[in-house]
This record gives sequence, C-alpha cells and structure tokens, in this order.
Amino acid sequence: MSELAPTLPPAHHTGQALEHELAELIVAALNLEVSASAIDPEARLYGEGLGLDSIDILEIALVVSKHYGVQLRADDAANTQIFRSLRQLAAYVAAHRTN
Amino acid sequence: MLAYRRGEPLRAGRFLAEAAALAARLPPGRHIINVCADRYRFALGLTAALLSGKVSLLPPSHTPEVVRHLRQFAPDVFCLTDSADCPIELPQVHCDDRPAPAQAWRVPALAPETLVAYVFTSGSTGVPVPHPKTWGRLAGCVRAGAERLGFAPGTALLATVPAQHMYGFESSVLLALLGGGALVAERPFYPADISAALAALPRPRVLVTTPIHLRAVLADQAPLPAVEQLVSATAPLDAALARSAEERFGAPLTEIYGSTETGQIATRRTALERPWTLWPGVSLTLESGRAWARGGHLEQPTPLCDELELLGDGRFHLNGRLADLVNIAGKRSSLAYLTHQLLAIEGVRDGAFFLPHRSAQAEHGVTRLAAAVVAPELTAAQVLAALRRRIDPVFLPRPLLRVGALPRNSTGKLPQEALRALLEPAAREGA
Repeated sequence: MSELAPTLPPAHHTGQALEHELAELIVAALNLEVSASAIDPEARLYGEGLGLDSIDILEIALVVSKHYGVQLRADDAANTQIFRSLRQLAAYVAAHRTN
Repeated sequence: MLAYRRGEPLRAGRFLAEAAALAARLPPGRHIINVCADRYRFALGLTAALLSGKVSLLPPSHTPEVVRHLRQFAPDVFCLTDSADCPIELPQVHCDDRPAPAQAWRVPALAPETLVAYVFTSGSTGVPVPHPKTWGRLAGCVRAGAERLGFAPGTALLATVPAQHMYGFESSVLLALLGGGALVAERPFYPADISAALAALPRPRVLVTTPIHLRAVLADQAPLPAVEQLVSATAPLDAALARSAEERFGAPLTEIYGSTETGQIATRRTALERPWTLWPGVSLTLESGRAWARGGHLEQPTPLCDELELLGDGRFHLNGRLADLVNIAGKRSSLAYLTHQLLAIEGVRDGAFFLPHRSAQAEHGVTRLAAAVVAPELTAAQVLAALRRRIDPVFLPRPLLRVGALPRNSTGKLPQEALRALLEPAAREGA
C-alpha cells in the first residue's frame, strides 16, 4: 500500500530500466501507436505530448497497481506531478512499489 | 442531510442560505454555464440559478469552439467555476461556498414549466443542438427512476461521473435533491479513491458509476465497501462484469438507459436479464427502422440513437448504435460532426473520421476513433493541436493518418471499409 514507508528500489532497477519497463506496459495497455523507446521520458503524458486522457490514466493506474502494488490516489497532492512525465511516474513507482 | 464533503455532513439549511447568497452575486445575464467540479458547488450554482430565474447550459464539452457557439446561442452567458485557473473564455464568477449566515429557510417552489436547463448534443453540422429541460419533466423522469431503484430518502449518492452530463445531472444531483438523498461533493477517480470515499459514507449508500470505473474498481482484489445499490450508465455493461460487481459489492446493480434528448427511460438488472424495462407511461414505436420514445415525462415523440428491438410489454433489447454515432466513455458524438470539425481546420484539404475494427481495442472496453487527413503543409501534431481546440479529447483520433488522398470511390463516397484498409500495415508503409 502506498501509505507504507517508501522502500528503495531494488539495486538492479536503475531509473532508466524502470522507465523503459513502464513505457512498454503503457504502450501495450493503451495500444499506443508509438514504440516504448520513442517516448520521451520528459514529455508530458497528459494532454499535449503523448496525448493521454483520463481514461488512459485510469488504465495506467490499473497497470501500476497490478505490476508494482502501487495504489494511486487523487487526493495525493503529488498526483498532478506524477503524470507530468514518464520519468516522474517511474520515480513515484520506484519510491512506493511493494512488489 | 443534503450532502457530504470528505464524510462531513452538509445540511439543507446551510445549502439554501449559501445558494441565496450566491444568487445575490450572480451577474444579470440569464444563462449560466456551471462547470463546478465539486458536486455540492454545482448544486449550489443550479439552485442559485433557479432562485434568480436563470437557465443552466450543459454542453457536451467546453472546448473553445463549443464555447464560441454557446456565446452565439446566448450572448449574455457567463461561467460559474470553482477552479482557480478555469480556461473558459467567458465572464467568470467564482463559486467558493463561503458559509452564509444561517436563516429560516424553506424549499423553493418551482412551477413545472420553469425552464431549468438546455442540455446540448454535439449535432452533426458543427453547431451544438439545445434540448430544453423543464422542471416538471425533469422531476417526473427522476421520480420514476427513484421509484424503479427503490431509492430510500437519506441515501448517500457517490458518483464517479460529472454533474454536468445528463446521467450525472439526473442520477447524482437531481436524484439527491428530489429523492431526499444526499449528494457527495467529491468525484473520486482512482479505484482506491472510490473505495475510500464509499467507506467514509454512512449507509445506506449508492455508487453511481460507469462500466469503465466499475471495471477498474473490480480489477483490484482488495475487499470493497458494502453498498445498498450500484447504478451504471453511459455505455452497455457486460453481464459478466455486472455479476462480478454484484458479488463483490453485495448489492444489486441497476443499469440505466437514456439519452440527452429523452433523459432516463429504462433500466435492467444486467446480471440477471438482457431486456430493458421502460419507465411506466413511456412507450416505443419503430418508424422506418428508427425507434421513437413518447409519453411519460417526454414532451414530444423523440427519436433514439440506438438500434432497439421491441419486445412488447414495455420491454426492449438494445442491439447497438446507429451507424454514424459514437459513444466513448459516455461522451457522444457523430462521425459527421467530428469530420466537419476536422475539415474546418485551416490547411486541411480533405479528411474523415472512422471507426477502426473493434477487435484490437474492445478488450479494454474503450474503442477509440481513427482519422485520415490530407494536409500536406501540416504535421500530425499541428492537426491534433487544432482538433484539441474543437472537440473533446476522448474523440481525438488514434491514429491520425496523413495520406496523399482519401480512398473515395467513383461517386466520391468514402466507404468505411476503404478507410479501415488504411490501417493495414501494408497501406501504412506506403503512406
């Protein structure tokens, strides 16, 4: 659960590897027209940029919950920050993952 | 109790005092676009408008293009918002439900013919189409729904849909106000939010939601808070999902059928039955293959946008949508309207929206649209940015194909099959 103390990511998971893994999960879950490696980790996920909308964000929330045990909450003040970019999302997952 | 915010009760006396105070500071214009995201504030704005003889405009989206048309429809329109950075280009009034001095109150009486709102559909020509809603007919519709649900006064209504669309307007705002229920200010989004918001409410409590949110909530294996009733609308719900929802929440799930034009007119217990049962007094007829509804709260016979199979006894099967219409996550539009918006972009020479084959995306419950465009001087990103100003983002094409020419046949028509063929890998390599 996200309220547990943040755990450090396993050493073998560098930030970049997690970013790529997340990008692949997102591309597969959303049937996106881009390849995972083509997603700019700093580009906005929502709206302009990758062009995701709230239906996609919900889908990503499911993926993140299933794969990493991270439950996203909208009253989490960090939330708008999380979906700012793939990099931000990966950092959040790394800090809160339980599996 | 009239409402809850973060589990705290908000009483009717306070609500009416706040609504009166808000009414006193609304500008003189007779038309109001109420975009408050907080459902309590939306209800305040609606009530303040009714107290001061104003009409609410409920458009399908708030893109600059739609707002431009609304300004033409009602030049005196202003916007009521609870957001600090609302992008809508209209005179704005901020709604902050500042506590008003408590005073003696009574529930305002409204004549049945009072015009409450114009709810808009996107239409097919580029101009949103207004559907007037009077108090008497809205109340008739919502009361019939309350009876069908067996809605008990005092029930808390948590909704994952906005108050500004017909379903949320009826099932989360009017049902609470007319049925003696309590609306919930928050609109939870993530599965964990929905569970937590439900658990914070006293029972009896009802979840008003959509197939998309239900699927997300059920994907999580954590135990779910018990509710008295589940309500779903906006898109047909899969029977297996309905059974699973009933099991996990320990409550019956009622699916509602309706439209912006007609309001709610039928329900079914999706886990147990396929046919829909009409509201008492509402009847259907087929005319040249098109289903029309009449009677009950309907002012006039109204054509429906779905393919229905009439079973008699006030029951029917829903067999799909009419060809040109699309429904994505409860937002409706037509391919003709979307294509019109695409063609209106400067630099676009030809173009069309179309439906890809369902197979690839249907497993996710959400089918996205595709579009092909002939616009040699524009990049795909420029076309998408221009579309974003005109149409709701759920309709943005995935993919947007840039092509040299559309596959028009000899009569200039564009068969959907020919458009879909553009999505084939071979065709795309050549593009």
